[in-house]
Amino acid sequence: MSWLTRMFSSTIGQKLIVALTGLFLCTFLVVHMTGNLQLFKDDHGMSFNMYSVFMTTNPLIKTVSYILYFSILFHAFKGLHLAYKNMKARPVGYAVVNGKANSHWTSRYMGILGTIILVFIVVHMNDFWAEYKFGHIPYVQYTENLESGEITAKPYADEAGNPKSIANKAEETIVSINGVDHKITITKDLYAEVAETFKNPLLVALYLISMFAIGFHLYHGFQSGFQTLGLNHPRYNPAIQFLSTWVFAIIIPAGFAAMPLYFLLIK
Amino acid sequence: MSGNMNLTLKVWRQKNKDDRGKFETYPVQHISPDMSFLEMFDVLNERLINEGKDPVAFDHDCREGICGMCSMFINGRPHGPLQGVTTCQLHMRSFKNGDTIVVEPWRASAFPVIKDLAVDRSAFDRIISAGGFISVNTGNAQDANSIPIPKDDADAAFAAATCIGCGACVAACKNASAMLFVSAKVSQFALLPQGQAERQERVLNMVAQMDAEGFGSCTNTGACEAECPKGISLSNIARMNRDYIGAQLSVQKA
Ligand code: HEM
Ligand code: SF4
Ligand code: FES
Repeated sequence: MSWLTRMFSSTIGQKLIVALTGLFLCTFLVVHMTGNLQLFKDDHGMSFNMYSVFMTTNPLIKTVSYILYFSILFHAFKGLHLAYKNMKARPVGYAVVNGKANSHWTSRYMGILGTIILVFIVVHMNDFWAEYKFGHIPYVQYTENLESGEITAKPYADEAGNPKSIANKAEETIVSINGVDHKITITKDLYAEVAETFKNPLLVALYLISMFAIGFHLYHGFQSGFQTLGLNHPRYNPAIQFLSTWVFAIIIPAGFAAMPLYFLLIK
Repeated sequence: MSGNMNLTLKVWRQKNKDDRGKFETYPVQHISPDMSFLEMFDVLNERLINEGKDPVAFDHDCREGICGMCSMFINGRPHGPLQGVTTCQLHMRSFKNGDTIVVEPWRASAFPVIKDLAVDRSAFDRIISAGGFISVNTGNAQDANSIPIPKDDADAAFAAATCIGCGACVAACKNASAMLFVSAKVSQFALLPQGQAERQERVLNMVAQMDAEGFGSCTNTGACEAECPKGISLSNIARMNRDYIGAQLSVQKA
């Protein structure tokens, strides 16, 4: 056995994998949440759709996204595998356990919280990621008045009114209309897809439950990851704890949860 | 005597490692609040012996909180309801007249039940044998002042060295993980100059033995620290993680 397999087959080494992938997923959540805030922009979804094009075509982002898919799978597999082995480390359980006397419940239910998140990720990627890549998302044509900044949108259709598609994910041209420069942008309308999907109250409920699961998973998980890496010091523990609670357990899940609620209740 | 209590004990009885075991219910009367938890068991056992029955087997030795032998899981918590206290130092004044108290052995595949409440904790001994020591050639003791040690390091090493190896950390942990114990035994040397020579080898070998014994992995629930009668800190686990990862990446031996 090489030292590398020896290290990653030890309990500490396996926890290291869970922590590194978990913390990487945390950085992803920050980017994903802030990027998606563009859904709230009142521009017929133009900036959100252009952001989607960027995120699916930029080579650097593409590379990172493959690391991301791999991380999700590896994190879930290793996390659940360890949870299973940990159950086997106590084959005969206690008749009475007073868990709340010594630990926070989130730390004891990471496997269940993670499983809820895993179900969510599958549903979520099927709704949007697979739909965007392989499904039939209509195209939209934006006309932006470059002097006033006004944006109008209409479905991108042929003369007979049938939806059209273009090879590229976005096309931009500058045309002059009545002597004023306008930018015409044609792109896949993921924004419309999002708005449509979030009209379904059951799906919105699943999203909300999942955001609670993510919040609780990270309330314990974010700071736990640092402990696993061996980073525990009174100098920076308060900062880690603060980020765990405020950013990862509250702000990020709340930001995500606001999106389906916005389309269901307001838009 | 006034203030004495009548209690109901539900105690795990198991003849040997292969027996399935079950709870037995024993009423105990006239228990003084000043008795220790183990003394209450002495009272029960005396009665069982007088009745010609098999007394309840439980581990104990010093009965003053320093040897780490006593090991009872009381109403869902190792060493009972108090913090920083072993079972032998737990007194009956922590309970109320009429209480039902459930007493179970430590539960872990690495700690098989020997009989009733006594479990086999030799897994801890094997972890210590794997590296929980420093190798010293015999001869005169070195002059203490020839090895300067910063006070903070000495204090932290001493705090880690207060671990009595009771196994309450394993018993409390939902994963039956021994990380708090092993990290205390790794840290007490890692913090001192005398421990440096074998520092990397020690952590690698002790963790390997810990895994071989079948203890679970750490999910940082903190239950161990909360239940440890000696208040061993989770920061020792972080130190062991650091040392372990560092040693795997840099140890001289390939
Ligand atoms: C956005 C998604 C996720 C993020 C950001 C995330 C993040 C984290 C972090 C930071 C940890 C702490 C690691 C440590 O204690 O060292 C963790 C632990 C864990 N995660 Fe996740 N996780 C996610 C999804 C999942 C999924 C889908 C599963 C399983 C189906 C899962 C299962 C677990 C388990 C079981 C643990 C506990 C492992 C342990 O502490 O030993 N997680 N997660
Ligand atoms: S770390 Fe604490 S609970 Fe664990 S064996 Fe040592 S003294 Fe007992
Ligand atoms: S009997 Fe020695 S610590 Fe309890």
